[in-house]
Amino acid sequence: MHMYNKAAIVTAIAVLSGSTAIAGCGVDSGRVSIVGNEFPAIHTVANGAMACADTGVTVTANLTADHQTINVAGMQGNPAEYTSAIVASSSIVALMNEDVIRPLDDLVAEYGQDIPTRQLITINGKVMAVAFMANAQHLVYRKDVLEQIGVEPPKTYEDLLAAAEMIRAQGIMQNPVGGAYAAGWNLAEEFVNMYFGEGGALFTPGTAEVSINNEQGIAALNMMKSLTEYMNPDFLTHDSNATSAEWEAGNVALMNMWGSRTGVLMDAEGSTPEVYENTMVGAPMTVGGGTIPASTLWWDGWTVAKNISDEDAVATFLALKNGVSPSILTDETMGQAVWMIDGYQPAPVNDGVFAAMAMNTTPYPMLPYMGLLHTALGDNLAEFLQGKESAEQALADVEAAYTAAAKEKGFLN
Amino acid sequence: MKHKTFLWFVLPSSLAMLLFIFFPLVSIVVQSLHVAHDQVIVSVENCTLFGCTQSTMIDQEATEALRQGAPLGRFAGLTTYLDRGHLAVGEVAQAWNGAQGWRDFGSQMLNLPFYKAMAFTLTFTFIVTPLTIIFGFIIAVAVNSAAKRIRGPLIFFSLLPMIITPLVGSLILFWMIDARGIIGSALQALAGNPELSVKASTPMMWIMLMVYGVWHTAPFAFIVYYAGLQTVNTDTLESAMIDGASRWQRIRYVVLPHLLPLTTFIALIQLMDNFRVFEPIVSFAASAHATSLSWAIYNDLGGETRQLSSAAATSVLTVLGVAILLSPVLVRTWRDFGRR
Repeated sequence: MHMYNKAAIVTAIAVLSGSTAIAGCGVDSGRVSIVGNEFPAIHTVANGAMACADTGVTVTANLTADHQTINVAGMQGNPAEYTSAIVASSSIVALMNEDVIRPLDDLVAEYGQDIPTRQLITINGKVMAVAFMANAQHLVYRKDVLEQIGVEPPKTYEDLLAAAEMIRAQGIMQNPVGGAYAAGWNLAEEFVNMYFGEGGALFTPGTAEVSINNEQGIAALNMMKSLTEYMNPDFLTHDSNATSAEWEAGNVALMNMWGSRTGVLMDAEGSTPEVYENTMVGAPMTVGGGTIPASTLWWDGWTVAKNISDEDAVATFLALKNGVSPSILTDETMGQAVWMIDGYQPAPVNDGVFAAMAMNTTPYPMLPYMGLLHTALGDNLAEFLQGKESAEQALADVEAAYTAAAKEKGFLN
Repeated sequence: MKHKTFLWFVLPSSLAMLLFIFFPLVSIVVQSLHVAHDQVIVSVENCTLFGCTQSTMIDQEATEALRQGAPLGRFAGLTTYLDRGHLAVGEVAQAWNGAQGWRDFGSQMLNLPFYKAMAFTLTFTFIVTPLTIIFGFIIAVAVNSAAKRIRGPLIFFSLLPMIITPLVGSLILFWMIDARGIIGSALQALAGNPELSVKASTPMMWIMLMVYGVWHTAPFAFIVYYAGLQTVNTDTLESAMIDGASRWQRIRYVVLPHLLPLTTFIALIQLMDNFRVFEPIVSFAASAHATSLSWAIYNDLGGETRQLSSAAATSVLTVLGVAILLSPVLVRTWRDFGRR
C-alpha cells in the first residue's frame, strides 16, 4: 500500500510538472468532471487530465469501484454533473442506452486530428469514445510448479486440468487452480469466456432473444465444473481480489486472470519471492478443440457527456486528450496497462493481452441488452456448480430470468 | 389533550412521514406498474481497436418521441408482479400441474427467485427473532444481577455488536469463518475434516447468517429488557421472596409478566428488521446460498442495466410482507388497547 501510494504521488508530481512544461492543454475555460473506475491506469489518465486545470478551468475526478452505479444518474441531469465517464466495453452500453453521451466526430475533427484512428471507438459510424487501453483474461502460471511436474504451460483448458491433476497427485498443492468464480458478475464473465471458447453465440443473430441452452452452453458449464473441482471449495465467494490474494499466498499454480491485475502479482509486494519470481503470464487458453480462446477482449476509454455546454465539452475533450497523450507514459506508468497510446513499450507482463489480441479473441459484446444477460447469468449458474441442478436447468433458468428482465426493459415483447 | 394542541403536536412528524414515507411509497407503487417502452433496435457496425463487428443499438430518435409522450413508460398493470422474477404465477401453476409429488413441487418452487428468497427470509426471521428475544433477556437478567461496579463496562461490551456497522461486523465474522480463519479452522479440527468449508456449504452458510443475525440484534433486546428490569416492583419481588419463591419462580411469575409488553415491542421491531435481512448476505458473499427480498432489490439496481420496475415491485412486495408478518401482533395490541 505504501509503495503504491508513493508511486501514485510520484506519478502525480511527474504529470503536474510535465504539464507546466507543456504550458496548458489549449484549454482556457470550462468545467471538467470525470467519473470512472479505480485502478492505477485510470488514476494516471485522470491525473493527466487534471494537469489541464488552470485559471478558469476546473478539473475534478471521482474514481471509484462503484462508478457504474453513479455514472448514468450523474449524467442524466441538465447540465450533467459529470462531463466525462471513463468506461469499458460493457459500461458504455448503459450510457448509450440512456442517451447521455455525445458523438465526438466534430470535436475530433476540430481538436483531435492527432489522435490515432485505432483509438476511436465508432458505433454506427459515429465516434462515441476514445480508447486508451486493452484488457483480457489469460493464463497466469507458476513456472517452478510446472517445472516440478515437467509440463509446458497449458494451451487448452483440457491441458490445464491434466496439469492440475498432476500437481494434486504429487502433493504439491491441494487446490492448484484459481479463478474469479464469485456468484454474480465474475461468474457470469467466466461463463461468457468459456461459451465463446466453445464457439457459442449468446443471442439469435439480430434479435434480443437469448439462446444459450445448447450444446456449447452445456459444454462450457461442464468445463467450469471440472475446473472448480481443483479450486478452493469457497470458489463461489472468490472475486478477482480474493483470487489474487490466493495466488499471492502461494496456494494456486494455474489461473485465468485479468491482464490489468497481473502486474500486482509479479511485484515484490504482498508475497514471497518464491511466488512472485515464478509468476508468469501465458496466452489465453482454448477449450474443446476450438481455435478461438475462451476469453473476451475489453477496452477502456473516455466519453463526453451530452447534457453539457459546448464550452465544457471542448474543455473535457482537450483535458482527456491530454490525459491519454504520450506524455503520460513514464517509467512508472508504462507497465500499468496495455496502453493504446503512441510511445508505449510492452513489458513481459503484458504478453497475455497481446496474445489474446493476436489469437482473434472475441471482443465482449456491446449489445444494449447484454447487461441484463450478464446479471441473469451471475444469478443462476451457482446452483449447477454446487451440484444442486443440471446444466440444462441452470441454462433454462438463465434464459427465463433474462427474458423476464428484457420484457420489463422493452427489448422483448 | 385538546384537538388543536394535538394537531400542532403531531404536525411536524406527520409532515415528515408524508414527505419521507408516503410519497416515496406512492412513487414505487407507480413505478412498479410501468415498464420501459418498446425499444427500437437498429443493426449497426461497431469499430474498436479489435476490429469491426456487427452489433445492435437503441434507436434513440425513434424512442425519444415515445418517452416524451409518456415519461413513466408503458402502463403494464400487475405484469411485473406476476412475472418470473416476482410472484411467477405462470411458473407456479405449471409446477403445480406438472410436479410429481410434493418434493418435486417444492424444488421447482425454490428454483424461482422470489420463493427462494422468501424461503431464506422467513426461516431467518422466525429463527432469529425468538433467539434474539431469549438471548437479550438472559443477558439483561445476568447484567442486572452483576455487581454495580462492573455493570457499566458490561453494558458497553454487551452493546458492541449493535454499535458496529452491520457491513463491518459481518465482514469480521466472514473472515473468521474462512477455511483459514479462527472459527473455520476450529470447526475443521472439531469435525476432524480438513476440507470442511463453511462458505461452500449452504446449510452452514444459513447457520452462520443466523448466528450473525442473533449476535447483531441481541443487544437491542438486551437494552430494552434491561431498562424494563429497572421498573420491576421491588415490593412484589420481596414479598415473593418471603413467600419462599425461588429465583426461577420470581423470574417466571413476577418479572416475565411485567416485561410482556416489551416483548411485543421487541418482536414487532425484530420481525420487521429480520424480514429485511440484507447486509450479511452482501458481506458474506452468500448470494449463491441465500438471497432475500432486499438483496433482490439491490441486485436489480446494481447491474449495468438497472431494472427499476422490477426493484419497485419487489419493494412493494416487501412492504406487503412486513404488513402481513406484523398483523397478528398489531391486531393483538389493538385488542388490548380496546379492552382498557
